Amino acid sequence: MTDMPTPQPIPRKGSLLVQDARTVKRNRAEARFKMYGIIAISMGLLMLLILLTTIIGRGTSAFQQTFVSLNVPLLAEKLDKKGNRDIEDIKKVSTFGYAPLLQAGFEQKVADLGIATDLKPKDMANLLSKDAAATLRDFVLANPDQIGETVVFEFLAQSRVDGYLKGRVTRDSIENDKNISAAQLDLVDALVADGTLAKKFNISFITGADASDARPEAAGIGVAMMGSLAMMLVVLALALPIGVAASIYLEEFAPKNWITDVIEVNIANLAAVPSIVFGILGLAVFINYMHLPNSAPLVGGLVLTLMTLPTIIISTRASLKAVPPSIRDAALGVGASKMQSVFHHVLPLAAPGILTGTIIGLAQALGETAPLLLIGMVGFIASNPPETIAEGLLSPNSAMPAQIYEWAKRADPAFYERAWGGIIILLVFLITMNAIAVLLRRRFERRW
Amino acid sequence: MSLTKLTTSALAIAAFGATAAAARDQVQIAGSSTVLPYASIVAEAFGENFDFPTPVVESGGSSAGLKRFCEGVGENTIDIANASRAMREKEIAACADNGVTEIIEVRVGYDGIVFASDINGNSFAFTPEDWYKALAAQHYIDGALVPNALTSWDQVNPEFPAQPIQAFIPGTKHGTREVFEEKVLLAGCEEGGFLQAMIDGGVDKKEAEEICMAVRTDGKSVDIDGDYTETLARIDSNKDGIGVFGLAFYENNTNKLQVATMSDVIPTTESISTGEYPVSRPLYFYIKKAHIGVIPGLKEFAEFFVADEIAGPDGPLAEYGLVSDPDLASTQAAVAEEKVLGAGS
Repeated sequence: MTDMPTPQPIPRKGSLLVQDARTVKRNRAEARFKMYGIIAISMGLLMLLILLTTIIGRGTSAFQQTFVSLNVPLLAEKLDKKGNRDIEDIKKVSTFGYAPLLQAGFEQKVADLGIATDLKPKDMANLLSKDAAATLRDFVLANPDQIGETVVFEFLAQSRVDGYLKGRVTRDSIENDKNISAAQLDLVDALVADGTLAKKFNISFITGADASDARPEAAGIGVAMMGSLAMMLVVLALALPIGVAASIYLEEFAPKNWITDVIEVNIANLAAVPSIVFGILGLAVFINYMHLPNSAPLVGGLVLTLMTLPTIIISTRASLKAVPPSIRDAALGVGASKMQSVFHHVLPLAAPGILTGTIIGLAQALGETAPLLLIGMVGFIASNPPETIAEGLLSPNSAMPAQIYEWAKRADPAFYERAWGGIIILLVFLITMNAIAVLLRRRFERRW
Repeated sequence: MSLTKLTTSALAIAAFGATAAAARDQVQIAGSSTVLPYASIVAEAFGENFDFPTPVVESGGSSAGLKRFCEGVGENTIDIANASRAMREKEIAACADNGVTEIIEVRVGYDGIVFASDINGNSFAFTPEDWYKALAAQHYIDGALVPNALTSWDQVNPEFPAQPIQAFIPGTKHGTREVFEEKVLLAGCEEGGFLQAMIDGGVDKKEAEEICMAVRTDGKSVDIDGDYTETLARIDSNKDGIGVFGLAFYENNTNKLQVATMSDVIPTTESISTGEYPVSRPLYFYIKKAHIGVIPGLKEFAEFFVADEIAGPDGPLAEYGLVSDPDLASTQAAVAEEKVLGAGS
């Protein structure tokens, strides 16, 4: 390339059939870019697919539980020693006093079915959940007139038996396990063949309370769900009015000066603050200073309100901005006051956007665990189902994500299965909320 | 639209707040995550058998629990702190500063600490000395401290397989770490004569002990600040890893873990209660005496916790993995008469 070629006349571009080199290049670049996009989307979809199959694959088994049906003789000499059917006397028999009844019932069942086994009645009854005695005691206290009769019960089986039916526990894996023996599994096989022991849908996983480490089979997420619900009520009752009022003022009434600029920057900052910070704030202000009760969903709701507010303010301001100024001008032009123009015209038009933002903010708050750690909502807490709304707000409770976190930490692998099951329920809530948000937007949003 | 809503909701919240200050009717417990499973088993049984609501049990670690315990007296402070170690003098003083003067100490039993590795890997028969050699930050060789250069277990003890040293031990915020340092590392240091060698070499005794308990930081030993489930996950992904677990956790995961013997003793509740298995520590809970009679069910809960049918050798706690205290009767008596710390013991 030493000597310059003589300048040639630029060839006319005219052929529609033959593309010149630069067009080919540009078209190739576009095709490549499209391909990158498709690859990115398919990667995302693949991740989602892996996530969903893992969650569903591991979690669905939590919705089924193994039950044993037994005829239990409610012996009067054990339960009502004085024979006066006085409820206070019957209450004195603790759950430990009910163990012999379960053993007798189990022994009778095995004898009736003609199953040959060397197990002692105590080892047979070990196949039942520790929850069985509590179920039995609750029944007797509710129906003291049944004492002396034989009643049919459906008891939960202990977590190892349940794991055996679900394939989590095998004969090889129990070699060193002191909670169950091969002889007990033989009995389980015989009972399964007979139909006494079977897997069934377990509604109490969805409605029930948390259970201690000794009885994972009895644990449910229902009470934690009530806790989450109570928190969402607090968030909705506080964040929506405060957030909407703040954004209307900032957007429609506030003068544009440096103070509003500072506020605006800080709201955007607040939206990016890690949620654990709100937890520390909640501990310092609501619990230590204002003396609100520990572990109460009310405090959890207040903390999550702080976290949700910026999300709501930002989305509300965006949807207020999207309403064209001509609407405001027209309202003012026919003699409406500023406030009338906002409340009669602008706000209704912005409402779908505000609701969408609120629902997305709530969904975000629903899945939050970190701030709850600090205000005492993680642990063995969700065991007292609340009876009134006030109790639901004030008595200690957990939340769904906190409950899942708690289960994932516990020693028994049966809790791990429940953690995945809990994730499914949480996801169903989140998907429903987000679907409502999309629906509202589709249905009511107006474009200009 | 929002003004009326806002005022009504604010009023409602205020009304709830007012009732909140009035009464708390359930016992609140926080502290050691090792004691948490036992405390929750007792809390559940307590809720079932008594007319009181089920107590609330939070975790967060012994130190965090004791700190909250010592924040003061009153309904928005916890009633019971669980701890996997005894309360320190400093903590008792901090409590006293905040008006928590009468504390009842209750020892519920013992917890075994076990060493376990992947079920399909090599088996080990450790002595404390092996652990000291493998994990010490510095060795005292020929009168000088040199950084630990051992990289595989066969260098520690020729009987061991040539498996790289990779230990997952509890982080410093866990009560278990203290036990590990004292009952394994320091014990191993003494058994092997390393401590004596250092003292003979002119090192101050206290300093020598600290050198014995210092853990290497070159990645061969990893501190786990989370729970045992995290240790298990680490071993799952690194089959050469050996982790420190609580006995109860191991017993629930025997299909994934194999336990190593310590000085040729297999850890079981029996071998720990007789003292044959050396690595164990007492578990405690502490009650605020000022809350007895104020918080309903507090004393009943404490008595229920140490009752024979719960904490005894055949009770549900022992079944879960607690080593029951041979001296339980005197603990029961101490709880019954509300004997406080430091009062004529």
